[in-house]
Amino acid sequence: MIARASREIASGMVVNLGIGLPTKVIDHLPADFPVCLHTENGLTGIGPTLPPDQADRNLIDAGGAYVSTVPGSAFFDSATSFAMVRSGRLDLTMLGAFEVSSQGDLANWKIPGKFSPGVGGGIELAQKARRVVVLTTHTDRAGNPKLKDECTLPLTARGCVSRIFTEMAVIDVTPKGYALVEMAEGVSLAEVREATGAPLIVPDSNLPVF
Amino acid sequence: MKLPDKRCDMAAAVARIKDGATVMVGGFGVPGTPMALIHALVDHGARDLTLIKNDANEPGMGLDHLLQSGQVTRLITTHLGLNSHAIDLMNSGRIKVEFNAQGMLAERIRAGGAGIGAVLSDIGIGTELAEGKQVVEVDGKPHLVETALRADFALIHADRADTFGNLAYVATARNFNPLMAMAAPHVIVEAETVTPLGALDADAVHTSGVFVDHVTELGALSKEYAVVQR
Repeated sequence: MIARASREIASGMVVNLGIGLPTKVIDHLPADFPVCLHTENGLTGIGPTLPPDQADRNLIDAGGAYVSTVPGSAFFDSATSFAMVRSGRLDLTMLGAFEVSSQGDLANWKIPGKFSPGVGGGIELAQKARRVVVLTTHTDRAGNPKLKDECTLPLTARGCVSRIFTEMAVIDVTPKGYALVEMAEGVSLAEVREATGAPLIVPDSNLPVF
Repeated sequence: MKLPDKRCDMAAAVARIKDGATVMVGGFGVPGTPMALIHALVDHGARDLTLIKNDANEPGMGLDHLLQSGQVTRLITTHLGLNSHAIDLMNSGRIKVEFNAQGMLAERIRAGGAGIGAVLSDIGIGTELAEGKQVVEVDGKPHLVETALRADFALIHADRADTFGNLAYVATARNFNPLMAMAAPHVIVEAETVTPLGALDADAVHTSGVFVDHVTELGALSKEYAVVQR
């Protein structure tokens, strides 16, 4: 799934990878792949994550991981960092999700009464990146679908999600609802339908497998 | 002509902070968090504080010392995900927390420092962060009025300062520091090195000393500034 999602990153893009699963995507790209990674706390050109004994105490990403620079990296303040986000300089962001709706609404920051750490930069990334894709498990820990008709949790942004990568499938958000694009090897259409909380448009032709 | 010398004893600078004050604190995680100034504020003991900081660091680190000492009434922030203690205080009602979208917190502080009353933005429209905010239409589109933020004091961490208070930051320790250094009438800076006038290249200055009131040199750094072992 993460390897499949990494193919979403095209040559030359400026990309922000959200905390959690998305940060692992970069491990699947060749070291010389032409891409510029952005992090909210003020860095473009993120290099590999470093173990504590090699880390620079002043160099982290927005998730608190110790990272490095690459030739051509730049540092800037938090206002500049979000000027980049709001003005559409991010070609792509990959975010986690608690829920996605079939209209592309995203809920990923708050579960009332259970989880409310604050939204950080999530609203701006979801609302303003040119393309927003979600990496998530297909269902929550209790087995409930995360892909629904409507979100029930507080929203991060409306109508922002274009594509969803899960361990079962790649699904696009279209004006007509969820459309199945690819399925993981060994997963059946019935299983994907069962785990998805909204109707699924399935093409007539054979689906690619990842 | 010679630029004024703003070097000052840290405890004396922080002693100006009165009960009920609003205090901006730089930093995003450990980088750029003025750990020594935070300890000085704990020692000074001013209470009923409103703090403005991107995050609350982690339990037992940085801003958390002020939460543990019970000096904080209100926290304006973006994300507390690494500090379960702060979340407990919020959930039990012992501190009031106002969450902002991260870039809008930065922009509200920037506006405060730039002498602007508010900024207009569509960030958060349709979410609960828009609740209670004034909406105005610009070019036919709704925008939220995000009011400027200023504080009584700003506590800033810089890598290098000169005696006038010109500042340079390093790596991702810059974050909110240059914005907050403009948004308070009393700006107190801890710098890892304080150099004589002229030792900082004029082109390498990130914050003009015009914004800065007090500068103190840190000397040997405490363990709190080090790489966090998780």
